[in-house]
Amino acid sequence: MISFEGQSWIILPLILPLAAGLFCFLSRRWAFALSLTAALGNLLSIGVLLNQFLDTGPLTYNVGNWKTPLGIALRIDGPSILMLLMTAVTGLGITLYARGYFAFRIAVPKRIGRHERQERFFWPLWMTLWASLNGLFLSADIFNMYVTLELISIPAVALAALSGKPASQIAAFRYLLVSLLGSLSYLLGVVFVYKTYGVLDLVLLSGKTASGAGMAALALMSVGLLLKTALFPMHFWLPPAHANALAPVSAILSSLVVKGSFYLLFRLWFDVFASAVTEPMVNILGTLGAGAIVWGALQAIRQKRLKLLVAYSTVSQLGYLFIAFPLAYLDMGTHWGTVAFMVLAHACAKSAMFMASGTIFLHAGHDRINDLAGVRSYIPVTVFAYAIAGVNIMGLPPSGGFIAKWLLISSSINSSQWWWGIIVMIGSLLASVYIFRVVSRFFVIPEGYKVPDRRPHSPLLEWPALVLALIALLLGLIAPYPLHILETGNSLFSMVSPKGLPL
Amino acid sequence: MITNLLYSFGGLMLFSMGLFALIACSHPLRKILAINVMATGVFLILIATAYRQIGTGEIDPVPQAMVLTGIVVSVSVTALALILACRVQETSNHSLIQRKKDDFTRTGT
Repeated sequence: MISFEGQSWIILPLILPLAAGLFCFLSRRWAFALSLTAALGNLLSIGVLLNQFLDTGPLTYNVGNWKTPLGIALRIDGPSILMLLMTAVTGLGITLYARGYFAFRIAVPKRIGRHERQERFFWPLWMTLWASLNGLFLSADIFNMYVTLELISIPAVALAALSGKPASQIAAFRYLLVSLLGSLSYLLGVVFVYKTYGVLDLVLLSGKTASGAGMAALALMSVGLLLKTALFPMHFWLPPAHANALAPVSAILSSLVVKGSFYLLFRLWFDVFASAVTEPMVNILGTLGAGAIVWGALQAIRQKRLKLLVAYSTVSQLGYLFIAFPLAYLDMGTHWGTVAFMVLAHACAKSAMFMASGTIFLHAGHDRINDLAGVRSYIPVTVFAYAIAGVNIMGLPPSGGFIAKWLLISSSINSSQWWWGIIVMIGSLLASVYIFRVVSRFFVIPEGYKVPDRRPHSPLLEWPALVLALIALLLGLIAPYPLHILETGNSLFSMVSPKGLPL
Repeated sequence: MITNLLYSFGGLMLFSMGLFALIACSHPLRKILAINVMATGVFLILIATAYRQIGTGEIDPVPQAMVLTGIVVSVSVTALALILACRVQETSNHSLIQRKKDDFTRTGT
């Protein structure tokens, strides 16, 4: 019996994008309308879920009333509702932008028919990807998370290959192999967990005591997820795959897809296997994260093309998420808070940056940074959005990025691990180098510069990027609110785990 | 218990052989096959956990459900990998097969 009261709302974030994706195959003309409806419905249902969650705490729902272990349970707690909210907001922005992007390309085609074809495949793939991401955040057991990880990588790889250029297809093939290797390693870990503990449910697992086989399982799962999250030095596949894709696809891959595997990793380390994690382990991840921050930023500074610069910036920003591991281990109070801010701010800012670089590419016809002087004279809104997103990446107040870095630095001082704080500051400094290098080119108009004719385009090409960048910027002003959501959420795990996770 | 261990070690062997082939071979088809061998290894370990001697208790259905799901995922992913490899070969002028490994990894960047 279907009733839309109570916990049944939980299935809507799965059903809506999935249904839209399937119907997009049937009707090309209505594809955008369907996707937009799904995006809005998804946002609405997540709003309702958030409201319920704040009232009653974590929600669980057994699909089809089948009980675990054979049935599939869906669950919502603080971190997962924040991730769902992030996906809903960023996804809505990307949906609108993609419409403007494809409309522009179809109006000014490079090759007849190519862009119609790309748009036709974009909508169903994007909607299925969205459904799988929501599925990952809602899953309550580690095997379903494996399935959703694979479901994420299939449309993600197909989207990465969508532009049809040989370079993008080779990058997509490599992305697929890396992602399969990651999933298989994760699956082997899941098998070890099942052999050792006989349960797959996240909450039930968090009550188990650690053992040798459990550690092996954690190691296997972590290596797999690190590959998928592109932590330095396993980032080699990310820049070509993200930079060669179409602009809306780059935004999806960079702001949402890598966050999925990171979310799972963090959850495993700090909620499920919290009792098994030791200090050397978190320090290894922290060191790799520090390497990612510095290496990614240095590479970003060296790039000659705008999209590659933004892609390397993602490598660098992912490093901050791993610096949070050693800090969260010794300073347990803030672990989800810091990571949540970093993830939310980066998702909005990075998708805005990729959208802006896509728009610049469309108008200028190239993305060579040295030749982009004076862009602001004909697409001012986009350049402004890029600069605002840059403020976030650098971490200037009042942006969400600033709050995240502030939390990182303060907890590095609280737990007397000052060296991580210094890495964070070095990272911000390097980030400002690669942001200003681009932004200064945009704003300076050289002498004798002839302003090209402003090509007509729909407002959808410019405004979604600006709105997302502003959301990221203003995230700092509503800082207490996400932290409040996280406080409500943690009760689920602290009830079971003997160690408890104070927040 | 011995049977369970035997199958599990067999599965681990398959997994590591597949991993080796994935890293060592440059041919895309070999890489796809290597991934498949690895997946088979994992499924073998998983199905070994469901092993019970005849007459000792009920059979655990969960590993079997998991293996079935895993096989479905593996088939669809293999199909995607194959079509992508074919497409790479069609659009780029050179055949991937004749390329050296270095060539293949450098082109994307």
